[in-house]
Amino acid sequence: MLIIKNLKVNYGYVNALKGVDIDIKGGQIVSILGSNGAGKTSLLKAVSGLVEDKSGTILFDGQDITNMSTEKIVSLGISHCPEGRRIFPQLTVEENLKIGAYVLRNKKVNLQEEFERVYAFFPKLKERRRQVAGTLSGGEQQMLAIGRALMSKPKLLMLDEPSLGLAPIIVNEIFKIIKQINSEGVTVLLIEQNANGALKISDYSYVLELGQVVSEGDSKKLLNDEGIRKSYLGA
Amino acid sequence: MSQVIVSGIITGSLYALAALGLVLIFKTSDVVNFAQGEMAMFCTFIAYTFMTFVGLPYYIAFPLTIICAGILGVIVYRLIIKPLSKSNVLSIMIATLGLIMILNGLAGNIFGFETKSFPKLINAKNINILGVSLEPNSLLIVLITFAIMLSLFFYFKTMEGIAIRAVAQDVDAAKLMGISVKRVTVTTWIISSMLAATAGMLIAPTTFLDINMMSEVHLKSFCAAVLGGFNTFVGPAVGGVLIGILENLVGKYISLAWKTVFAFILIIVMLVVRPNGLCGKSYRRKV
Repeated sequence: MLIIKNLKVNYGYVNALKGVDIDIKGGQIVSILGSNGAGKTSLLKAVSGLVEDKSGTILFDGQDITNMSTEKIVSLGISHCPEGRRIFPQLTVEENLKIGAYVLRNKKVNLQEEFERVYAFFPKLKERRRQVAGTLSGGEQQMLAIGRALMSKPKLLMLDEPSLGLAPIIVNEIFKIIKQINSEGVTVLLIEQNANGALKISDYSYVLELGQVVSEGDSKKLLNDEGIRKSYLGA
Repeated sequence: MSQVIVSGIITGSLYALAALGLVLIFKTSDVVNFAQGEMAMFCTFIAYTFMTFVGLPYYIAFPLTIICAGILGVIVYRLIIKPLSKSNVLSIMIATLGLIMILNGLAGNIFGFETKSFPKLINAKNINILGVSLEPNSLLIVLITFAIMLSLFFYFKTMEGIAIRAVAQDVDAAKLMGISVKRVTVTTWIISSMLAATAGMLIAPTTFLDINMMSEVHLKSFCAAVLGGFNTFVGPAVGGVLIGILENLVGKYISLAWKTVFAFILIIVMLVVRPNGLCGKSYRRKV
């Protein structure tokens, strides 16, 4: 579904990605692990067209999207839920969700149905739908960010550190919901520092270090890999 | 007293219109459009030309000018804002300062430097409501302002309107929603140019039409935006009306000479005490 070949990203003189190859098959959950500064976020930003200084090829469903604008990429069915949630704090919960469906504005889409689909995943959001999003708790904001990303009916959902800064009980809930979203046919690209949780729910994983893929494989295999356990799982 | 307040509301609503245009552009692209007042003046001259040289009646010239104002907004965006979109915000603001001089010079050379009179919306005898003598024209100004504010309020609830607010809050996140920031920016320039033109045409009968007609109104609209909150869409409406009322009270009970000074003192105080304005809130991003 998403094929990335020899992707390089630069910020001025800093090479954030130094030639990365990634292949994501439809229907899977693929996780990308790595510590701070490994280039995980740059990878997602490159896919969704937010960084300009890049080279290599990105193919989505066979179509070259490397140099497309973000608007175009989103409308093709790639939804990017950014790091730090980035919800619109002064819009209400429901307005945040509504704007998530912006790319569908010219199609005949029943917004109410879409809201209900998201509320089914996150019942808490329904209770708070008239509330201004800036007043939500961290966990609720993350749920809103994921819900908003789902509103465009994506084929590929890219999540950047959804567990960041959340209480363990909420992290578990969010991972469970990601699995549930995937089981309804959405391919998921998950970026995580929480390697344990990510490996447990994903089918395939890549490990990034300093802008390069240093290891990849079935998540189950990686979970039992001695080297991975030592450097990322702390055991 | 009530007479003073009522006439304050009338001028205040015009400040509010002009301020709303400023805030709209500022919120979406962080640019303060210093040329807002000159755009209003230029459009008012266009309306004047429609009426005197083309011979169109007021009620046709008015909407036609609003359309021209929209086009002016697109032109300004295309010629000045878009080419500078990669440079920093300060350069764009300086460019809008330059635009003041361009529009001022153009207007003088095209339309002439002498002062002209501009017709009112309607000419009718004053009416008396609860002891306050009101000019029907002024009443209409307040009504129009209110109608514009109300329609903008509903516009901001539509998909396109939410897109504007989304860009105002987080540009990158808005892009990830598939929103074209360019399109939103040009829309805000069109709307605020139209707001400027409306304010210009409504105020011209009082200030008379010449190339400097908007200088004071423009500054007051800045005050209105700061007072109400440069970061909210409700702020300019509240700030505009408040400034209008307060400066009228000062003019009446203290001294006319202090009227304008007062508005600016108020701004300095506001910036020290409540930099976000009366309606402004600051949201902390949760980590």
